[in-house]
Amino acid sequence: MNGLAVQFAGVRKEYPHFTLDNVNLELPTGSIMGFIGANGAGKSTTLRILMGLVHQDRGAVQVLGFDMPAQQAVAKRDVGFVSEDMRLYGAATLAWHMAFIRSIYPSWDQAYAESLLKRFDLKAEQKLKKVSHGQRVKAALLLVLARRPRLLVLDEPTTGLDPVARHEVLHALMEALADERRTILFSSQNTLDVEQISDQITFIDRGRIIDSADKETFLERWRRLRLDVPPAVALPALPGIVETTSSGRLAVVTMNGYEPAVAAAYHDAGVTVQSVDSMTLEEIFVVNVQNRRERSVA
Amino acid sequence: MGMHSDLVLSKSDGRPMYLQIMEQIKQRVAVGDWPRGEEIPSIRQLAVALSVSVITVKRAYLELEREGVIVTQHGKGSTVATDPLLEPRLYDQELEQHLDQAARLGNLLGLETGELESRLRQAADRLTQTTALEEVET
Repeated sequence: MNGLAVQFAGVRKEYPHFTLDNVNLELPTGSIMGFIGANGAGKSTTLRILMGLVHQDRGAVQVLGFDMPAQQAVAKRDVGFVSEDMRLYGAATLAWHMAFIRSIYPSWDQAYAESLLKRFDLKAEQKLKKVSHGQRVKAALLLVLARRPRLLVLDEPTTGLDPVARHEVLHALMEALADERRTILFSSQNTLDVEQISDQITFIDRGRIIDSADKETFLERWRRLRLDVPPAVALPALPGIVETTSSGRLAVVTMNGYEPAVAAAYHDAGVTVQSVDSMTLEEIFVVNVQNRRERSVA
Repeated sequence: MGMHSDLVLSKSDGRPMYLQIMEQIKQRVAVGDWPRGEEIPSIRQLAVALSVSVITVKRAYLELEREGVIVTQHGKGSTVATDPLLEPRLYDQELEQHLDQAARLGNLLGLETGELESRLRQAADRLTQTTALEEVET
């Protein structure tokens, strides 16, 4: 193994109305990647290829050092996958599911399963068709977490959860990472969740990866500058500017690849930099996607 | 565990999370909750306890090390530095930040430097008065 829990190289999958193309991803062991994209961006398709549920037309996928989909049977022993359309038997109880998974996976940790049961506020004897969406999501997560897989792949694990449940789930994910041999890849539309717990961030839009970097680098690169531009002074075109809006003397510039030299360049041009603000992941994502879509239309 | 359970991160605080972690650790060190030379939680332990990414805590620790607040020995974890100037320096930095902020606000309000100075003097006077009052009351 090369220290990467997941590796995608030049992956392509074509559908009649959607193409996932040129997907390159590297997820180091021991870290957690948040996968952000709008509905239909290609998140689930990518995760399904990773799990061997969908086969790529082109490109190489390695999971825990195994080739996918060829070696999926071995790879999946150590991978836990939870998606929205998770099939649990509604007529059976959570206790029944726990016993079932335990009989298949020797790595099942009963003590951990019971502690999750308490913390997630789940009732083992209740039939799953009677429980709420949030309870069902937590039940599915419990069944996967208690196997203690080396790689957790979660498709929208926090969607539709109330704030308390979300908090419990995020904490349980971080706890799984206390063991540095474990790795998590999760997709989400909730940029706050991703910003909070991810080490690596990947943006996907319309079937293309539009950015992928470690979170600190990512947040550090993006800045929003408020500028005072005196009349008769032209705003210099600096590299990395993604968006410029202005009204009167005031201009707001959004920049990918900010560095201190930028402020000096504005100063030299006669422009006063009033503030340099960091941006939230949500702001970055929205600007990034809008900008790319506008350029593709133009 | 108890050593880091009292760090609280705020999402409505606009500053990056690594800065919040740095500030809170500095406060703990400044008030002596995290004694000099003592071992502090590992990056991964603190990340799990706070439910924030490992890379964010790692960044906070790197910057704290660069500032001389903590010392990290590879494979051995981190400790609070033994530097005797640590605490005054921490307050000094905080003062510097507040002064920068005051200068910025003054600029926004169009205050002359002299006006800013006299406002600071007034603030200092107010503090002296309050302290004197408290002494009378007790």
